[in-house]
Amino acid sequence: MNPASIRFQDVTVRYAGVQRNAVTDISLEVGGGELVVLLGPSGCGKSTLLRTVNRLVPLQSGRVEVDGNDVARLDAVELRRSVGYVIQAVGLFANMTVAQNIAVVPSLLGWNRRDIDARVDELLQLIGLDPAAYRNRRPSALSGGEAQRIGVARAIAARPRALLMDEPFGAVDVVVRTALQRELIRIVGELRTTTIFVTHDVDEAFRLADRIVVMREGRIEQAGAPFDVFQDPATPYVRQLVHAGDDVYRRYYMRTRELLRAT
Amino acid sequence: MSYLSSHPWRVAALAAAHVELVAVALVVALAVALPLGVLAARRPRVAPWLLGALGAIYTIPSLALLAVFVEAFGLGFAPIFVALVIYAQFMLARSIAAGIDGIDRAQVDAARGLGMSAAQVLWRVEFPQALPVFVGGIRVAAIAMIAIATLGGYVGGVGLGVLIFNGLTLHQNAMIVAGSVAASVLAIAVDAALRLTQRLLAY
Repeated sequence: MNPASIRFQDVTVRYAGVQRNAVTDISLEVGGGELVVLLGPSGCGKSTLLRTVNRLVPLQSGRVEVDGNDVARLDAVELRRSVGYVIQAVGLFANMTVAQNIAVVPSLLGWNRRDIDARVDELLQLIGLDPAAYRNRRPSALSGGEAQRIGVARAIAARPRALLMDEPFGAVDVVVRTALQRELIRIVGELRTTTIFVTHDVDEAFRLADRIVVMREGRIEQAGAPFDVFQDPATPYVRQLVHAGDDVYRRYYMRTRELLRAT
Repeated sequence: MSYLSSHPWRVAALAAAHVELVAVALVVALAVALPLGVLAARRPRVAPWLLGALGAIYTIPSLALLAVFVEAFGLGFAPIFVALVIYAQFMLARSIAAGIDGIDRAQVDAARGLGMSAAQVLWRVEFPQALPVFVGGIRVAAIAMIAIATLGGYVGGVGLGVLIFNGLTLHQNAMIVAGSVAASVLAIAVDAALRLTQRLLAY
């Protein structure tokens, strides 16, 4: 399936009973097959912006389009089934097995039994878990990394045209996180699914992004290729952020990417 | 025990009527409590008022509640049946609300985000996980209902209460004992069965 393009047009979100906007007047275009990372501190509105795409958050003003269709005019349930969604807390359904969890969206869409079973096994292999060993496990019998892999498999099970990931690897340790990031690059690279990925981890952003969108207090500070954001920060805040902590890895990625681009 | 050995079929028939009364009242009570419990879980602002009102009814002594319904419906099956249904609401609705409240919010967020409708979130994710708590509520309600149902014998209804109240009137201790023991055995058996169900449902 061809990947979706997503367009935010003057999007403003304000939660009921809150004085300040969560997101103010954001415009952004995400091309088909692109992996865009929304980067910023907690409370900057990055998750809110993500959740406007599958209508988990209503807009105050502006519009969000998926493939040119205003999401407000689409059926929310149908829209969500066509867009994958992964969250930090994973939220695997405790009353279902691993296979049933992965099969949720395909079965909501009415796929037949045989196609679902085949798809579950295919996905377990894709995320590096042995189908025979994992198919019938309960979520309570999984490690954090395994659970999150299955969360990703569940999100892409029905071959969504876009994938929304809300700090998906924030709760796992650094070794597992690195492995999951590598897998994500491989999976998204294979599927060419348009992906919006929310994180506050600067290194994660630089490792994964085709384009980084730095957010702060509900607005975009800068949007650009990782190399450009790193080399040429648009604001003092971005400069501070991209050099925060130990930036040696970021420098390394930038160098590697530039070398790859040159060849 | 002497009454039980001399009139086994009479005791069995009244026990069966007792079970039938409680079972039908429980089914109707569940049908009423389910939407109330879901409402309490969905509307945190309504919940204290709703459960508070049901709790207030629950604190009314059962005999007094029954007297009100005899006034309203006359003697027979109706007053005890209505009293049982209303009496059970607090325990049932509260356990449904508690069961749904206890579910990890991330699962509900994921369920909505993946495209489940509100009804699908309830039936496929929330309800199955609330079931052990809910069955706990059914257990407590069923035991209380078995006990309260004996009052039916006082208002011209059916069940083991007939033995107890006739025994009191006729000064027949054996009848009173037979009625009480049979009701107790019934309560203990139902408790054990639902306890087992609860354990089988837990993850």
